[in-house]
Amino acid sequence: MLNRETATFKRSYAEDMALYPLPLQRVTIAVIILVAFVAFPFVASVYMLGLANLIGIAALGAIGLNILVGSTGQISIGHGAFMSVGAYTAAVLSSRYGVPWWGAILGGGSMSALVGTFFGIPSLRIKGLYLAISTLAAQLIIEWVLNHVTWISGGVGAVIYVDKPSVFGLALKSNLAMYYFIYVFLAIGVVFALNILRTHIGRAFIAVRDRDVAAEIIGINIFRTKLTSFAISSFYAGVTGVLYTYYYGMANYEAFNLTISIQFLAMVIIGGLGSVLGSILGAIFITLLPIVLDTVLGSVGRMFMDAAAVASISTSLQLMLFGGLIMFFLVVEPDGLSKLWRNVKDYFRVWPFPYL
Amino acid sequence: MKDLGKNLLRGGTGWVALLVMFGLVLAACEKKPEEGAEVTEIVIGMQCDRSGPTQTVGPFLCDGAHDYISLFNKKKSLGDKYRIRLMEIDHGYNVPRGVEAYERFKEAGAVSISLYGTPHTYSLTPKLTEDKTLGTSPGFGNAAAADGEKFPYIFPVAATYWSQIASAVKFVLDKWSGSEKPKIAYIYYDNPAGREPLPVLRILASKEGFQLREFAVPPPGIEMRPQILDIARNYKADWVIAHLFGRAPGVSIKEFIRVGFPRDRVISLVWGASESDINVAGWDQAEGYYGLQFAGVGQDHAIIKEIKQMFADEGKEPRKTMEITVYYNRGVFIIALHARAIQIALEKHGYPITGENVRDAMESIHDFDLDGFMPPLNLSRQDHEGGGWVKVYQVKGGAWVEASDWMHGYRDVVLKHVAEAKAS
Repeated sequence: MLNRETATFKRSYAEDMALYPLPLQRVTIAVIILVAFVAFPFVASVYMLGLANLIGIAALGAIGLNILVGSTGQISIGHGAFMSVGAYTAAVLSSRYGVPWWGAILGGGSMSALVGTFFGIPSLRIKGLYLAISTLAAQLIIEWVLNHVTWISGGVGAVIYVDKPSVFGLALKSNLAMYYFIYVFLAIGVVFALNILRTHIGRAFIAVRDRDVAAEIIGINIFRTKLTSFAISSFYAGVTGVLYTYYYGMANYEAFNLTISIQFLAMVIIGGLGSVLGSILGAIFITLLPIVLDTVLGSVGRMFMDAAAVASISTSLQLMLFGGLIMFFLVVEPDGLSKLWRNVKDYFRVWPFPYL
Repeated sequence: MKDLGKNLLRGGTGWVALLVMFGLVLAACEKKPEEGAEVTEIVIGMQCDRSGPTQTVGPFLCDGAHDYISLFNKKKSLGDKYRIRLMEIDHGYNVPRGVEAYERFKEAGAVSISLYGTPHTYSLTPKLTEDKTLGTSPGFGNAAAADGEKFPYIFPVAATYWSQIASAVKFVLDKWSGSEKPKIAYIYYDNPAGREPLPVLRILASKEGFQLREFAVPPPGIEMRPQILDIARNYKADWVIAHLFGRAPGVSIKEFIRVGFPRDRVISLVWGASESDINVAGWDQAEGYYGLQFAGVGQDHAIIKEIKQMFADEGKEPRKTMEITVYYNRGVFIIALHARAIQIALEKHGYPITGENVRDAMESIHDFDLDGFMPPLNLSRQDHEGGGWVKVYQVKGGAWVEASDWMHGYRDVVLKHVAEAKAS
């Protein structure tokens, strides 16, 4: 059978270390890649592509945050601000110094990694809720700096317009072009995140998360591990910020406020802590849920009421349903959407012999 | 298979599937518009904030817009064959959702967009320009966008923050009768929108020679006791110009009352002067407080009476949200411009109209003021603001009462600043 470990023999080290050892997995991944890069872009409307772009960017940020929160067990409420660091770095580099997109992405990511690592230093002494508050401070400090230091933000509006990235002399203006741009980075981010969790660095993250004292005793350098996690995670955040900047065509710190930070945490928690698939599912869930609710409530409501009344009721109902559904999913499966998916997989793994 | 169903249900997946099916059934039941066969709809997209930090504005503003469009369609202003559909999406003041809302408007074929929120205006300016679709940013957003040559698709009608601050300064200096120049305090919400007027205000301070001190209120702006104490006791300001949003204006009036600062020495820009702000502080106590407006306030306007009549004809009570006339009327005003532009474009080009047609039509709007309800706008390619008109209202005897005619101050200074912003 395609989905069984039986009769899948590993004959070399390379096969043993493969990311996807089972044939079914490889087929699935191939299909996903084909759909994402060939089929979807050609059938999707401009609107669907725009939606996919927002999901793709959010997924990249969520994957990064999940490395920190899910795998290393360090909480951060400052991720929105780390994204804005990436966004402004890229905007300044590209609009003032004419740096091309790859330089802006690397620069934005690195600057964000630097800032994130700095604000990660308190994690060496404090944990949990205390660390949450300290990263909240990072959010506020960074917002204040971007708001007031006009050398960075370029004036009272704190807005820097950037040109769309141009690849091989081709400006990526349409949603379709941006789709490929974003999803290439998402693909790189996914592969990197899947692999880092299998290296000694990733194992150290997990050891620190599960019990840091024990991790220290078996020889893990906690200082280095935690800061590495902050650096990697905020590098992802920085690149996310740069992608947002390129997608919007401008950098503005108000697009990365505390609400956004919390939204990203919600994505990670609903999707499933420590899981790359979970981050993606969480990003899809949080991005699509308000839109689905809006559409469904709107179309139902218009049967009974005029547009203004529908709007005022549906927005309140949406907030309640949004909160309710998040609670529902967490109660049904506290380990998130990725665990739900794993349950389904586990069921079929032994099907039709559930007692095995 | 029986086990499969049971096991999946246990995992909660079944419930999810049920919910999804329920949603699909509901979506399928959606009522199709009956008269859709012969009447073509022209779509206006409207961003709204009914659930975010400025929900003190959204519900009133957007209801006003909806009601104007209902009236507009009922009067068959576009003839028998066309009508306007106002498509509202609430973004909760969240930028990604605002961008998504715009994409949804475009998908629905919207020919013009009513933007809401400074960060949303900034983030959609490049897209609007590229898609050749006009967006209005009434009073907020980028003041430099008043120049239609540099920002061809953004219309900051009727007054940008630069024009507002210039008018506020003119009003204050006209009122001032002291021998020396007055000491002016500027209290503002510490975000880009709050700081937008600063450059023009500083220019005016040096030009007119009045003393100016700036007091920033950090977000979320519900605590400003130290700043207001400072204004009243240390700085001893003669006049205060306030530029606050959301719940902050109500709080500020309460604090002015608490420290005993005369309310008739406070003037607020357009987002801090609605009935709800005064409700917070109490009408008696707030007596004298001034506020800038760019649409008529109160219900004593022909257009508002027509809307009320429309409700009466349908046998309905007027909407509750009509009572906050400042924002309700402002919603009527903004959408009336969109509807007028579409009307002109349709007359000139016929169906289908493009975003470019609507933009050109908007630039040609003259002498359209709904009997004094709206400012005497004169929009053009160069001036997307239409003159920067405002009207000052004052809290008097439990209502907002006119304290000036349509006015604009220091137009030369503002225009020079717009030109400088264009050059940079």
